[in-house]
Amino acid sequence: MINDTIAGVSTAVGNSGISVIRLSGPEAFLIADKIFKGKYTVSEQKSHTIQYGKIISNETKEVIDEVLLSKMEAPRTYTRENVVEISSHGGYTIAVSLLNLLYKNGARPAEPGEFTKRAFLNGRIDLSQAEAVMDIIQARTQRVSKIAVKQLEGSVSQKLNEIRERIITLLSDIEVNLDYPEYDAEEITLSKAERAAEEIINELDGLIRSFHYGKLLREGMDVVIAGRPNVGKSSLMNRLTRKNRSIVTDIPGTTRDTVEEYVNIKGIPVKLVDTAGVRDTFDRVEQQGVERSIKAISDADFVIILIDISKGFITEDQDVLNKVLGENKPYVLCFNKTDLVKDKQTINEFINSYPGAILMSIYEDTGIDELEERIFGYATENRQDMDNQVLITNARHESQLRKAKELLESAHRASQLNMTLDMVALDLKAALEELGKITGHHADEDVINAIFSRFCLGK
Amino acid sequence: MSDFIGGVYDVIVVGAGHAGCEAALATARLGFSTAIFTLNLDNIANMPCNPNIGGTAKGQLVREVDALGGQMGISADANFIQSKILNKAKGPAVYSLRAQIDRRAYSDYMKHVLEMQENLEIKQAEVTDILCKDKRIKGIRVHTGTVYYCKALILTTGTYLNGSIIIGESKVSSGPDGLLPANKLSNSLKELGIELLRFKTGTPPRLNERSIDYSKLIEQPGDEEIVPFSFLTGELNIEQVPCYMTHTTEETHRIIRENLHRSPMYSGEIKGIGARYCPSIEDKIVRFADKESHQVFVEPMGLGTKEVYLQGMSTSMPEDVQLKMVRSLPGLENAQIMRPAYAIEYDCINPAQLKLSLEIKGIEGLFFAGQINGSSGYEEAAAQGLMAGINAAMKLQNREPLVLDRSQAYIGVLIDDLVTKGTNEPYRMMTSRAEYRLYLRQDNADVRLTSIGYKIGLVTQERFDRFMAKSRLIEKEIKRLQETVLPANNEINEFMLRHGSTKIVTGIKLYDLLKRPEIEYHYLSEIGQGADLPKEVIEQVSISIKYEGYLKRQMNQIEQFKRMEERRLPEEIDYSSIHGLSTEARQKLNAIKPVSLGQASRISGVSPADISVLLVYLESRKRKG
Repeated sequence: MINDTIAGVSTAVGNSGISVIRLSGPEAFLIADKIFKGKYTVSEQKSHTIQYGKIISNETKEVIDEVLLSKMEAPRTYTRENVVEISSHGGYTIAVSLLNLLYKNGARPAEPGEFTKRAFLNGRIDLSQAEAVMDIIQARTQRVSKIAVKQLEGSVSQKLNEIRERIITLLSDIEVNLDYPEYDAEEITLSKAERAAEEIINELDGLIRSFHYGKLLREGMDVVIAGRPNVGKSSLMNRLTRKNRSIVTDIPGTTRDTVEEYVNIKGIPVKLVDTAGVRDTFDRVEQQGVERSIKAISDADFVIILIDISKGFITEDQDVLNKVLGENKPYVLCFNKTDLVKDKQTINEFINSYPGAILMSIYEDTGIDELEERIFGYATENRQDMDNQVLITNARHESQLRKAKELLESAHRASQLNMTLDMVALDLKAALEELGKITGHHADEDVINAIFSRFCLGK
Repeated sequence: MSDFIGGVYDVIVVGAGHAGCEAALATARLGFSTAIFTLNLDNIANMPCNPNIGGTAKGQLVREVDALGGQMGISADANFIQSKILNKAKGPAVYSLRAQIDRRAYSDYMKHVLEMQENLEIKQAEVTDILCKDKRIKGIRVHTGTVYYCKALILTTGTYLNGSIIIGESKVSSGPDGLLPANKLSNSLKELGIELLRFKTGTPPRLNERSIDYSKLIEQPGDEEIVPFSFLTGELNIEQVPCYMTHTTEETHRIIRENLHRSPMYSGEIKGIGARYCPSIEDKIVRFADKESHQVFVEPMGLGTKEVYLQGMSTSMPEDVQLKMVRSLPGLENAQIMRPAYAIEYDCINPAQLKLSLEIKGIEGLFFAGQINGSSGYEEAAAQGLMAGINAAMKLQNREPLVLDRSQAYIGVLIDDLVTKGTNEPYRMMTSRAEYRLYLRQDNADVRLTSIGYKIGLVTQERFDRFMAKSRLIEKEIKRLQETVLPANNEINEFMLRHGSTKIVTGIKLYDLLKRPEIEYHYLSEIGQGADLPKEVIEQVSISIKYEGYLKRQMNQIEQFKRMEERRLPEEIDYSSIHGLSTEARQKLNAIKPVSLGQASRISGVSPADISVLLVYLESRKRKG
């Protein structure tokens, strides 16, 4: 059924300095040999080794790029087919011309998600792993890929199976009572079912909460810099982006008023949103501006409230703080421009009145490290061990877990309401099926369609 | 010398147990000349084990057989001596009717039903050979050499094939209840290339109740209100006979432990595979060593006999040990054993060789039903017998087979399980095997199946008219409850509080009132809103209102399920040519030839990934045209 060779970029376009072009299929080595010049031909090259060489157009004889080429013979490959991976330094344009060259030499453009689909069809990966691969594709930092790799190894499946086991235990306790009413097994009561359901709900809750952290790692954390005009928001933005290698360069916001930058703070991808453009948002009664600013704050995972300490904590600062408190967002107060305050007494008073606030001078480069520490601390708060724990990183998994949790809550409610055991069992069974959709215990056509259509984004 | 041709029939049924009776009655009632063969005419529809019909999931099966136009429910209603609804407190999905049956009366009754049936001949003989030509059924030969021809053959041999009875160190070739075994037919099956399995089951001792001190036992009476099995049976009112309960003692357990080496189960004498759900008493004591006592029930076997059945004491211990064991139970100190407990080993087929119609793959016109398919239980047998009978008739009429799916009936679950998954122990129906239990209730078996039975031709006009009348009453009553609004006055609120409910502030529909778990339908008469309706109508109305949310969810699940069932897998697919299937999946799929993706997904060894591959395969097949 699968007899052609496909090619495609396996890294997210524009996401990194290196693009990896992947070839998979029976002709992968032959095709690569037509355009690659290294110490050995690809056909001679040993499996699972990398060699340096040049990609040369066999039409124009022009050198397209210097690359590293890895060769992997079937079946010990991602797709279980012959695979060649070419790492090129070039950006998007180089990747495109390299691909075109491969297409001219017998490869077919890979459909979205086709590598994983082949891996899947060749029995290389199961459902839950297929989705983790997708997360790898999207992963922007090392930390993220570490977690995605762990998921591949099945720690999510393992944890989920543990929870499934618990549900199965409870369910079988109920079922034995239903199917053998005269058997003198320990009678399962509604209150026992209620307690057991509660414990399982807690387990599920833990996993669902871990998704929040997983999301921070994978999609990054949205941090908004808020404050009245002229407190140094733009300077802070510049400072943070200059200090931390920008992963993606300035993406202009959809409106001209906000500026977003992606930075990497201690391994956490952070989307910095500077509300600098929203000038005078808080002191001018300009409805649109206020709304945009509030929107930025309500979308944020974390808010930096910047205050000009030399001007004191004035009403407009309080307005900003109130908005943040109103949105119930985690925040940190930064008292900037300490360099302009000569009176140490004033500074001390601020610190005493606002415990937890950071003293900062962007000009003198103080307090920046502490701010970063705080952002990182929030992302990893109470989750120090999360790296070694099971983490839900996939949105579909999370939504399935929520469904399972709702069903358990329904079972819990049914027990409290003195519904009959058969109804409680109905909820539990349904919850089990929801979990099965993650671990692949029950194939559901809709799920498979959804996964493969989602891969369009992944490539 | 040429064969003596004893007769030519459309259908021959081998075996007149619960499966055979249903099968033969179905084909005869559908107009096909039928002959039913039994080893002994005095044991038609015999109950060689427990003297009861119904119970969890089994009661539902009987109701379904009845709704389709089968016989078991009617016969049970005519011969029961105690009736009980199990699981009354555990919810409508698992209410299960069970009746103690007068065993001899039931057998005589069923024999009479067969005798009176048009198109049906009853014959006593041992069937020894299956006659087959060009992979098509021709007929049978019996022990005398006489040949009978037929177009369809239904085998319902129960536990008689190469049966052997084991009691302690003694092992004899025998059918159940001391009847003759059928020792030749297995070879004939093997010659046809049919794979056989060897299963084992067992039964407890029978006692003379005059030797029991009932004062030490706990009485277990039947229900005051008797619910019949059959949708055709009206009010039932009989004097019921109680069952009794006792229990094993420390002494019992000691006797068993000390004599374990004499149990053929443990000495290795018995090689057949027994069922986990039906362990012998020695099994229970070994496997659940910390349990100090097990319940034992004394069940009457009929009005005309003093013989009683000792449920819970199934064993294959030697007779002397059995007697000691029985006499260690309170109340049974002087018990006399009339028939000792025994284990029975028998041949059955691997049911995975069957199609969902119960016809075997590869031989036209050969059907199997009942314990020969690896199931156990009278009700499971009757259900399969009925379906095999219907499908033999459908085949002779050139109609599509009747295959009930898992969302339509327990019968569907039963047959799908046997055929798709196979079984490695005698298969017993349980409510937890049914995914759509809340819909597959005993009260709505007629709603689910009677129209189907009518189309097949087994449901009589009388039964169908009754069903339609009942459906109309249900519909009308639900409409009334939807349309009647109660005002929020003192009378209503007093009523609410009286039943532990909360006051209402605005008017409320009767329908919504009944959704409250604490308000029962029959309370409505207190506020002048009752209706004079048959019990079964009220039951359906109440359940459909009280559990509306759950039922809706179940219907959604059923819809999802149907989608996978509707993805048909053409019979000609060669699974070994499909790239990406695991080796195990290829083998299993080629062997079972599932009719749908849904069925394929239930085959053990076929993983979700395999199903994805099949999906992709079907898709590419479709694209190729």
